[in-house]
Amino acid sequence: MSASELSILIIDENRIRASIIEDGLREAGHMRVVVLHDVNQVARTIQDSDPDVIVIDLENPQRDTLEHFFSLSKVVQRPIAMFVDRSDGAMIEKSVEAGVSAYVVDGLRKERVKPILDMAISRFNAFAKLRQELADVRSELEDRKLVDRAKGILMKTRGVGEADAYALLRSAAMNQNRKLVEIAQSLITAADLLGP
Amino acid sequence: MSTTRLTAGFLPLFDSALLVLARERGFAEAEGLDINLVRETSWANIRDRAAIGHFEIAQMLAPMPLAASLGLTPIPTPMITPVVLGLGNNCVTVSDTLWQAMLAEGAPGNLVAGLTGLALARVVAASPRKLRFGVVHQTSSHNYELRYWLAASGVHPDRDVEIVVLPPPLLPDALGAGGIDGYCVGEPWNSVGVATKGAHIATVKASIWQSSPDKVIGMRASWAEQHPELVSAVIRAIYHAGAWCADPANHDEAAHIMAGPAYLDQPVSLVRRALSGALDTGAGVSQTVPGFFVPHASAANFPWQSHALWYYSQMVRWGELKGSPQSAAIAAASFRPDLYRAALAPLGVDLPLADSKIEGARQQPEQIAGAPSPVAMLPDRFFDGAVFDHDQLGAYMARQQQADLPAT
Repeated sequence: MSASELSILIIDENRIRASIIEDGLREAGHMRVVVLHDVNQVARTIQDSDPDVIVIDLENPQRDTLEHFFSLSKVVQRPIAMFVDRSDGAMIEKSVEAGVSAYVVDGLRKERVKPILDMAISRFNAFAKLRQELADVRSELEDRKLVDRAKGILMKTRGVGEADAYALLRSAAMNQNRKLVEIAQSLITAADLLGP
Repeated sequence: MSTTRLTAGFLPLFDSALLVLARERGFAEAEGLDINLVRETSWANIRDRAAIGHFEIAQMLAPMPLAASLGLTPIPTPMITPVVLGLGNNCVTVSDTLWQAMLAEGAPGNLVAGLTGLALARVVAASPRKLRFGVVHQTSSHNYELRYWLAASGVHPDRDVEIVVLPPPLLPDALGAGGIDGYCVGEPWNSVGVATKGAHIATVKASIWQSSPDKVIGMRASWAEQHPELVSAVIRAIYHAGAWCADPANHDEAAHIMAGPAYLDQPVSLVRRALSGALDTGAGVSQTVPGFFVPHASAANFPWQSHALWYYSQMVRWGELKGSPQSAAIAAASFRPDLYRAALAPLGVDLPLADSKIEGARQQPEQIAGAPSPVAMLPDRFFDGAVFDHDQLGAYMARQQQADLPAT
């Protein structure tokens, strides 16, 4: 282990995101990486791993707790403070928008910290994008199920084929300037209320 | 009328009420504001997102604008408050084990800070381990009032006990799990501790320091400078929300709104306690605290510079900052009574003439000089009888420094 190798602690209750960050750090050549999911262990983990850099998700409600730990000299061996690069105002904004922040030990050069935070920011953003896409796919599937149910109701009550049932839904949606899935939902609700 | 959208950060605490009610009851809209409320998970997020401009305004701990202006925060940013979100609302809540020990040492069980503190001091002196207390943030009114209470009761908050930081909603759980022995927090998290963890409310902010401020609306000084008409609109919306909230006829509705899932997400009956001051202090004992939470009376929304200076004195006292006349001036200037007056004078509201008052000297309700008419004020005693005269700041801090030295 070279003396200049940084010890990095990742605190994130989201295990998947934490391992994505961990992978990124290892790819960048950082070998001393510790991941912590349970913040209650934080005091001991900080004492044991004596991190140079701590990467934490901003949704973590225990951020106040962490900052207080850092201010107590008996818990941490070296002063730790939130990393803010004053020459790069956009950096802090990007990091807060991505939902991640870094705390670093006193005196660490910003050239060494910036690539770590840059990587964390881009991976946080990529993770958020993936999560959004997954949510979109899920809701698309849900929508399709609703439309199928509505088609079934129409086919049964109006005695039409599937293509005609779909055409009926579509023209209702266009006439009312509403989404197809909204028409399907109203139809299902009405059928449930009137139904046998 | 066109409306301006403002994004406002808040934490799930009862003292976000005036900000929430300003939106929910239309006081903001009447001022041309569309307030987009964002519930945050930590005071650190409120501080950082306000500093970089994600939030135009935010519910803040009263000492927070001082800390940001004094450069004690990661992103030092001159911050101000032009309006206070009310007085009081905090308690010190302890575990059942600690409460039984305090009773055995003579705690009177009437929430009075003095004798309760002496009982705690005897428990602390006899305890084989250091008791641990939780507060919500280092730069918080809770931290300073808990420390003030402990120190004036003979317990040094750094040498004799341990103080840790946890966000408000996590404190009852931490107490229940035995991680902490007590905590100082705003409602409803004391009542939640009583209802779910068998905790006891030992004393209240209204007994430690009567009519003292807790949360404020904070904003960047540069934003306030550029948007004076929006600042005035915010002040008026909060002021009207405070007047509405103070009317007992509205307590049920206010409690109902605050109890909602977007805000406190707690039972209405429990949320309502902060409004009436009728607390279940533990084991079914009910006690009513006059002035527990004051949203409007006693110029409750007026940003007294003496309040800022008291918090400043405590930051210096506990080693967060080295005192200097320049720092004191920055601290005082982060509370802006001038903006408050400018916003409300056109409405004919009675406004204090002075920017500061002597804290702790008022024993009885009385009227102070105001315009157009005098302003009725509630008592503002510290429980130990000390008086804070902002003109004698140095002497006050020197007295405390002397008292905080280890006994020889």
